[in-house]
Amino acid sequence: MARKTGGNIKDLLFERATGAFAFLVLFLAVLLFAVLLRESIPALRKFGASFLVTGTWDPVLEKFGALPFIYGTLVSSFLAILIAVPLSVGAAIFINEFAPPWMKTPVSFLAELLAAIPSVIYGLWGIFVLVPVLRDVLMKPVTKYLGWIPLFKGPVYGPSMLAAGVLLSIMIIPFILSVSREVLATVPQRQKEAVLSLGGTRWEMLRIVIGQHCIPGIFGATILGLGRALGETMAVTMVIGNRPEAILSLFQPGYSMAAVIANEFTEAVGDVYLSSLVLIGLILFAMTLAVNLAAKWILTKMVARASRGI
Amino acid sequence: MKKIYGVLAGVLAMLAVASFASAADPLTINGAGATFPYPLYSKWFYEYSNANPGVRFNYQSIGSGGGIKQITAGTVNFGATDAPMTEEGMKKLPGAILHIPTALGAVVPVYNLDGVPAGLKFTPDVLAGIYLGKITRWNDPKIAELNKTVTMPNADIVVAHRSDGSGTTDIFTNYLTTVNTEWRAKVGRGPSVNWPVGIGGKGNEGVAGVVKQTPGAIGYVELAYAKQNKMKVGSLRNKEGLFVAPTLEATSAAAAGMAKSMPDDFRVSLVDAPGKESWPISGLTWILVYKDQKDEARGKAIVQFLKWAIRDGQKMEAALDYAALPKPVVEKVDVALKQISFKGKSLY
Repeated sequence: MARKTGGNIKDLLFERATGAFAFLVLFLAVLLFAVLLRESIPALRKFGASFLVTGTWDPVLEKFGALPFIYGTLVSSFLAILIAVPLSVGAAIFINEFAPPWMKTPVSFLAELLAAIPSVIYGLWGIFVLVPVLRDVLMKPVTKYLGWIPLFKGPVYGPSMLAAGVLLSIMIIPFILSVSREVLATVPQRQKEAVLSLGGTRWEMLRIVIGQHCIPGIFGATILGLGRALGETMAVTMVIGNRPEAILSLFQPGYSMAAVIANEFTEAVGDVYLSSLVLIGLILFAMTLAVNLAAKWILTKMVARASRGI
Repeated sequence: MKKIYGVLAGVLAMLAVASFASAADPLTINGAGATFPYPLYSKWFYEYSNANPGVRFNYQSIGSGGGIKQITAGTVNFGATDAPMTEEGMKKLPGAILHIPTALGAVVPVYNLDGVPAGLKFTPDVLAGIYLGKITRWNDPKIAELNKTVTMPNADIVVAHRSDGSGTTDIFTNYLTTVNTEWRAKVGRGPSVNWPVGIGGKGNEGVAGVVKQTPGAIGYVELAYAKQNKMKVGSLRNKEGLFVAPTLEATSAAAAGMAKSMPDDFRVSLVDAPGKESWPISGLTWILVYKDQKDEARGKAIVQFLKWAIRDGQKMEAALDYAALPKPVVEKVDVALKQISFKGKSLY
């Protein structure tokens, strides 16, 4: 990287310009954080750390707490991951390893097309198709027989944490699927053939190559999906029920951080109210950052272990 | 090469014409605020600009709160709101402001009950009881005794409300606060409140979606929205003890009932208005303009437009499902418009 003296001026300019762009990205992130922090000061002053654990959201009395929103964002996102990861990884394996050639392109094309649908369309589809189906086919029978389990407690309304989780899972499947396919495709053909030539079945072959080679990549894909799920706003608010309460049952309505900001920001009057919404934005920002940093860290460990293993 | 020069010359000529035309551009009046009257205002702006090509309008329907913020900051020429400004809010203003009523809206209860026709009767206490979570089943004796001709189903009531901050919610909760002491003590009024029960839907369409998709659901939406989507609407007992169905006429009647006691600044709530035909959950929507205009031409254009809006404009309201201002109110507004001035000179 040593710079040659009397080097090309164009090179120097190019380097400086790209450097400035890179710095600009960093600067924007810092600026975003700073503005969020500044605007949330009135709420921080009034509520302090108790904001994180308070479950009341009362705009009339100006008493605010973020607990139900944090809970709703986390639960709906993890539910989405729980559904989407096995589905996407399974589909990726099928498309890459088993599907007849004429099927590969249309199936993967259609799956990736899901990523191009605007979230408001997902939301509308959620209200009019997904929620009634989930309510009548899944939630009502389950709550009838398994309602004693706190997770499935009724009464069933339709819009719920479960509906949000399922809808989110459909929205993040294309991301996890396409990254998983890329990861599977990086496995050297010779390694696969080696397992098969030693008398391994296809299942054993997959288990070994995935276990050895693909786990970090699939984990990365999962984090990509999680990032999208945490910040999704429109589709979630349309099916989650928008009830600021942290309830264990997945069949009950909940709320998410992004949704409450989108819902209440335009009509929020009063400094503390507005500032509380900004503070929720700050928490969401910090949460996404934390998830990504943790993921990076785990990923490094995984890659290190995987490369040792082979 | 010649061709390219020809094209270039053409482009230059067009640019010249465009810049010349922009010198004679119509006056643009910027406004921002309430979403509820947006369809009406769009129609007004279109019709008015057609008749008066010298004036153009640019209206951002960002919500009443946003409209108040922008007129306070002076970034728009007029604001629009569904809830009158508070005393506190008006203290922050750089000058005196006028609330000019332009139209009336009504909020109506809608429900989804198989086998139950439209027009189910509610009293203020029953409606408040449902939204407080105290009446939880449709065959509750309090509902059944009001509707003896209907067999009420033995079903859970699913309560739906708006999740986004809105003037509709403000009018609805203002009504419940006015008619029910328990609601006043526990919840209060505002564009968003801490709902004791229920599911939140985003926008009128969100509430309508929950109601339509959920058997046994009740919600509240704007009258226009309920009408256009052919939803089952309930009737409500008003201040005089009579059950009225929500119609444009009943909404105008609420304003007429209030006309006598209407303050000169028009910052009045129409909920639970007197009058035999009055629909009790009605409200005004206002345009906010400063009394002292900074720009004579703009100020004049706004005043002329408002004069037109409360006369010719009112005739367009019914077609768009807004209730027109009753005559006594129009006369009162006309007086207020004369106060808008530039350097002490009325712009009327």
